[in-house]
Amino acid sequence: MMVFLLSYGHTFAQPTTYSGPQTVLIKNGLVKTITQGDLPNTDVYIVNGVIQEIGQNLTVPSNVSVIDATDKVVMPGIIDAHSHLNTVSTNEATSPVTAEITIKESIDPNDVAMYHALAGGVTTINLMHGSANVIGARNATLKLRYGADQFGLQFQEAPQTIKFALGENPTRVHGQGTGVQPRTRMGVERVIRDIFDDAIEYDRKRQEYLSQKAAYERRPNRVSPPVPVAKNLRLEVISDIIKGNILVHCHSYRADEIVMLVNVFKDYGVENYTFQHANEAFKVAPELAEAGANASVFSDWWAYKFEVYYSTAYNAAILHENGVNTSINSDSNELIRHLNHEAAKVVRYGGISADDALAMITINPAKQLGIDEYVGSLEVGKHGDVSIWSADPLSIYAINEMTLVDGQVLFDRASDAADARLDRAISYDQSFEDLQAQVSEEVRGRQDDACMEDAFILFESGSQMEQTHNH
Amino acid sequence: MNRKKQSRFQFCGWMVVLTLLFGFTNLQAQIVEKPEYGTFIIENVDIYPVTADVIKGGVVVIKDGTIDYVGSNVKPDLTGEVKRIDGSGYRLYPGFIDSETQLGLNEIGAVAVTVDAAEVGSVNPEMIAQTAVNPGSVSIPVTRVDGVTNVVASPVSGLVSGTGSLIDLYGYTPEAMSIDQRAGIYINWPSSGKRGWWDSRSESDIEKDYKEALDQINELFNDARAYHAMWEAIESGDLDAQPDVNAKMDAMRHLFTQEARLVVRVNREKDILAALEWAKDQDDLSFVFSGVSEGWRVAEQLAEAEIPVIATALVTTSRPSDHYARPYQNAGLMANAGVHVSLSTFNTENVRNLPFHAGYAATYGMGVEEALKAVTINPAEMWGVADKLGSIEVGKHANLFLVDGDPFETTSTIKDVFIRGYRIPMVSRHTQLNEEFLNRDATN
Repeated sequence: MMVFLLSYGHTFAQPTTYSGPQTVLIKNGLVKTITQGDLPNTDVYIVNGVIQEIGQNLTVPSNVSVIDATDKVVMPGIIDAHSHLNTVSTNEATSPVTAEITIKESIDPNDVAMYHALAGGVTTINLMHGSANVIGARNATLKLRYGADQFGLQFQEAPQTIKFALGENPTRVHGQGTGVQPRTRMGVERVIRDIFDDAIEYDRKRQEYLSQKAAYERRPNRVSPPVPVAKNLRLEVISDIIKGNILVHCHSYRADEIVMLVNVFKDYGVENYTFQHANEAFKVAPELAEAGANASVFSDWWAYKFEVYYSTAYNAAILHENGVNTSINSDSNELIRHLNHEAAKVVRYGGISADDALAMITINPAKQLGIDEYVGSLEVGKHGDVSIWSADPLSIYAINEMTLVDGQVLFDRASDAADARLDRAISYDQSFEDLQAQVSEEVRGRQDDACMEDAFILFESGSQMEQTHNH
Repeated sequence: MNRKKQSRFQFCGWMVVLTLLFGFTNLQAQIVEKPEYGTFIIENVDIYPVTADVIKGGVVVIKDGTIDYVGSNVKPDLTGEVKRIDGSGYRLYPGFIDSETQLGLNEIGAVAVTVDAAEVGSVNPEMIAQTAVNPGSVSIPVTRVDGVTNVVASPVSGLVSGTGSLIDLYGYTPEAMSIDQRAGIYINWPSSGKRGWWDSRSESDIEKDYKEALDQINELFNDARAYHAMWEAIESGDLDAQPDVNAKMDAMRHLFTQEARLVVRVNREKDILAALEWAKDQDDLSFVFSGVSEGWRVAEQLAEAEIPVIATALVTTSRPSDHYARPYQNAGLMANAGVHVSLSTFNTENVRNLPFHAGYAATYGMGVEEALKAVTINPAEMWGVADKLGSIEVGKHANLFLVDGDPFETTSTIKDVFIRGYRIPMVSRHTQLNEEFLNRDATN
């Protein structure tokens, strides 16, 4: 009965909401810097959301609030390089290329899933478009500033990234679903090469036009007006990819398609890209290392579809041993709650060191998102994004006790609200999400990655078509 | 290309094909690499029997597929060939048991022809999982090398999904794997709520659907009860009749003879209460509730009804309004209220994560000891096989594993697994791909 009293007692407590960068001293913890080793009995002093000093027995002004981390483990906030945590919709599955779209326009700032991720120590996510299209929308790198609006959630310093997708998902949605190329992996490569060629051609013409236009505007009487070349946002985005202004994060599984994209990017000079999921990346680890490509993988998901049947939970360890910068991601609102546990699986399956495993959920994904200058380790000058654990975060018995974003405590286990929703318009009784429905989906066969959300409408027509053809 | 060159080219082609075939066969041979059988003595090992105190530096003897001896440093007299295993630095546990999976039934979720867990139709008690268990499923070795030695393979679809079978994760035929092919008949309790955000039915339609489904359940069980009574009368000679064969009703009879449990999949608080109310009128059945994601809300009623449950830990919250840790806590809250809890992954290819579900449950209130029971002796008791599985005791099946530390810890490593006394090769697709590709020749 105590349980009920306790939980209902907390029901009306509100979660802490983001109010901007804070100043705080985290005192006397075992500090896992990730990049500079473990520092026992060490303080981390965060001033206005930025780490100002790390050391023992730091003296700070008396008005600074202090978190006692004695016997606790202090580590950087976890970074998830693959998430659809709080998208309003995930897939604009209407064309094989939708680079003109941005997921920034599809963020639910009230989603309680953000709080549940904070409770697992996560502070930054790559909020991605789905994998229905070969070239999907631009993604949004978010800080989990719970309570901020969709603009406040943006990681302002982060470079733009974009979602690509190879293999079964785009070929099912487009080729199989609506009869539009690509139906095959051959078609996938052509979609990329063709749009890249179009973008180069467009960029040349557009730049030419713009300079002619400028010349005309300078001397309207001497120069004739140029024929306009209309602005094409889709091709401008593609052009920015080729110029290196946008980082590619590519959903992929099979070794052959991974190598295909490496070759395409070599041809067009695209660098610093990341393969997402990449279940067969271990097969081409030397090629990825040579190309300087990154991999962001599941710890152990496999066999839910054919292209992940020849998988191994040793994937991350093999990539790491071959020198590929590798992160462990969630792609799931459940796994994101315990990415520390997912990282520990890389120690189990492949025997990498504990430090290397923690790097896979901190500094490595930070590099993949181009934000390692700001987050991913505890260093002076970096953001005050921190999680504080009851024990070694790789232990199954470790509990995340506190999560800070920009120095503000946004999750505190000692005082957290039982109902952490910001928007409570939906009553308790209406809010049940049937586990059975989830479970039965799982057992019928987990058929898709989370990144196929909203592509189902097209799928259904696709499978009907397929049935018609079969008979 | 001249003829000679062409034929050489073809010859080379054939050589490539042969090499590939040979290589492939070799790989397959590794998957079914034969386990060792015989008499084993594991020495200097810390024994965690579950049903008794831990024995530090003890001895376990495995003989004829069963546990022959369990003791502290006393070495029993053994005759014949004995394989000795040094257990120093290791712990020995009974194999873990997952009570609701689709292991062996489903191979690749998205490839419909490889999915055998969901039969057509609404009432399918006569569909027995065991017959469709594929002993060659690639997921089976992947699961057992992580210490899970037994699962219930269970059908999923319709109202009465079918009969789930308790199996060993080793054997060349479903029969060889079988512990109890009629462990339980699984039914999906009709939900009185929306099935998800996509459920567009009106409140009155939901209520109507629910009532109809409940009527269907009542009619089914009343019919089955009458059918069973009729056959009992025929079998005892009180009734002279030759009724038509009815496979569905024959299957249902196993519920009334207590050979099979009725496993009710139910999650929502309101639905659990409704199922409990219904169960009160079915005192001739042995119940198990499965899923029970909101079991913590009605833990006392579940305990009072003495209905064992199958629950999981690593799922999202049932309601956005729920405390973030509720899924981790659910099993422990029920156990602490006195409910007999078994833990499950409710999974297929990642049933190997069962120890981690137990670890999370342990951390969030259940405690290590109770969580260990929830993956060993509790499921063994629930399925009526505590004489065979679930603890390290003389006479039980030698389903055991050796681990270099705490079995719930993610970073622990399993050294050895025994199933029915067979020392299982620690090989799976995942280890094989690791071996082939970790130090791949980068020039090829």
